[in-house]
Amino acid sequence: MLALFELLSEPFYFGFMQQAFIIVLLLAIPSALLSCFLVLKGWSLMGDAISHSVLPGIVIAYLLAIPYAIGAFVAGISCAIATGYIKENSRLKEDTVMGIVFSSMFALGLVLMTKIESDVHLDQILFGDLLGSSGQDIIEVAGISLLVVLFMVCKGKDLLLFVFDKQHAQAIGLPVRFLHYALLSILSLTIVFSLKAVGMILVIALLIAPGSIAFLLCNSFANMLKVAVLVSCSCSFLGVYISFYLDSAPAPTIIMLMSLLFIITFIQTTQRAKSINLDVPDTQ
Amino acid sequence: MKTGLIVNNVSVTYRNGFNALQNASFKLPIGSITALVGINGSGKSTLFKSIMGFVTLSQGNVEILGYPVKQALKKNLVAYVPQSEDIDWNFPILVEDVIMMGRYGHMNFLRRSNKKDHQMVELALQRVNMQDYRKRQIGELSGGQKKRIFLARALAQDSEVILLDEPFTGVDVQTEDQIMALLRELRDEGKVILVSTHNLGSVPEFCDRTVLINRTILAAGETKTVFTQDNLQQAFGGVLRHFVLAGDTLHEDDDTRQVTLLSDHERPVVLYGNEKAETITQAGSL
Ligand SMILES: Nc1ncnc2c1ncn2[C@@H]1O[C@H](COP(=O)(O)OP(=O)(O)O)[C@@H](O)[C@H]1O
Ligand SMILES: [Mg+2]
Repeated sequence: MLALFELLSEPFYFGFMQQAFIIVLLLAIPSALLSCFLVLKGWSLMGDAISHSVLPGIVIAYLLAIPYAIGAFVAGISCAIATGYIKENSRLKEDTVMGIVFSSMFALGLVLMTKIESDVHLDQILFGDLLGSSGQDIIEVAGISLLVVLFMVCKGKDLLLFVFDKQHAQAIGLPVRFLHYALLSILSLTIVFSLKAVGMILVIALLIAPGSIAFLLCNSFANMLKVAVLVSCSCSFLGVYISFYLDSAPAPTIIMLMSLLFIITFIQTTQRAKSINLDVPDTQ
Repeated sequence: MKTGLIVNNVSVTYRNGFNALQNASFKLPIGSITALVGINGSGKSTLFKSIMGFVTLSQGNVEILGYPVKQALKKNLVAYVPQSEDIDWNFPILVEDVIMMGRYGHMNFLRRSNKKDHQMVELALQRVNMQDYRKRQIGELSGGQKKRIFLARALAQDSEVILLDEPFTGVDVQTEDQIMALLRELRDEGKVILVSTHNLGSVPEFCDRTVLINRTILAAGETKTVFTQDNLQQAFGGVLRHFVLAGDTLHEDDDTRQVTLLSDHERPVVLYGNEKAETITQAGSL
């Protein structure tokens, strides 16, 4: 009995595991909150786009000897703004424009990396280094987490209205431009400060999956937020925990868990819809 | 006549160079219902957007209760009931949450609702007769119920000017009558109401005033002076069905008066009198 307990609690004894648990949980909360807004706004790929686009910013920041976060943030937000501008002034749809902008910026980053000797490693940006994270990483991620949560507490309802019915938001005099750019900025900040710790691939997943699972399950926005945070935290925690025994990388393990949950949710909600339709053959 | 809304020589050109609206001018008094009538693509939604400042005007200006648009919006004077196509009906939001959004303009910056807000939501639900649906997700409603929810939001907002973009599209006659009855109550409370529609038949029945639009204002004023056969044919062109029931098909005496029936496929408008009937005698559903 005692042996089993010891075996199960083993991951918590290691300092690097403790830090990994703390970081993923700190990050799971803001990304889950953001993912709800992104999924509803039709911006699910915005996280993908921004996280690819930060690459040239990081290299140039190294070149200019300024903190990498500044370069990354500027590059990320430029991607979002360029996407908005091109979409407004052309017939292309937003997803197309986004694809063009971020693939160009990512490619630019890759080319710059081969020309400029820097301490930027693509591996680290893609996969992060969750098990090698430092106390500094924890402080940064905690800071961004707090910022996002505070912003949601103060402006969450305005953001919801902005996403749901921009015209009404405008008609009652809400600053819709401010809300638009505030959402993009806070998204970029979250990405910038989590890249180093957990890597691009996990950030992108954390910014889509919890919101989409919650969307399938919920009828009201308040519930959607709660379910998304629950999904995000539990998958992140379990992912790190399981990865210890599987000897797999934590980030992909977390993503696999979320994918599994998505599939289960999808099957369950479609089955439920079918059985409701059978019960009530004609709802007209 | 105390003026509620002034649209003064407004022109709108979209980014692709399309002139959607040119030199539009009219005034609406306080305590009135006005129908904005025109075919699809005539610029009804564009006119609403210019009243609320959602599109940049290439010319002209709009005044709402004596204030420029921006100030009027800040003062929460304008409520807007959007076209159904503008809403994502899959959005995870409950009926009561949508109506509560009408109260945001009255709340502090954290948007915490107080007792008054809840009372107003309750009242609005009652006035559109939707109390039993408050916990429904908005996609689980019928077409007419969907319209009533957004009308309820405007009621909860308690603003002075109410703009409704095609509230009667996809709605049964009974709901339409309910909505119209409610709008008339609001008119009597002194609101300024502008309703866009292509549903000809209900306009003379219900609206005090009419604005006819086709990329510019063709006519504006009291319904009985605007709603003439000439004006309607100008506004609707070939879209309009036109039947004349005259003389011998109508009766056996030598009365020369004729019945003119103009229809755009929904409720027809019936003009009765001598040739080129000028006033509306009656309208109804066929
Ligand atoms: N964002 C836009 N860009 C370009 N043209 C537009 C835009 N919105 C509307 N239009 C055009 O302006 C005209 C008027 O549109 P609209 O105001 O929506 O008409 P209505 O509401 O009367 O059907 C239409 O021909 C439409 O194609
Ligand atoms: Mg329209």
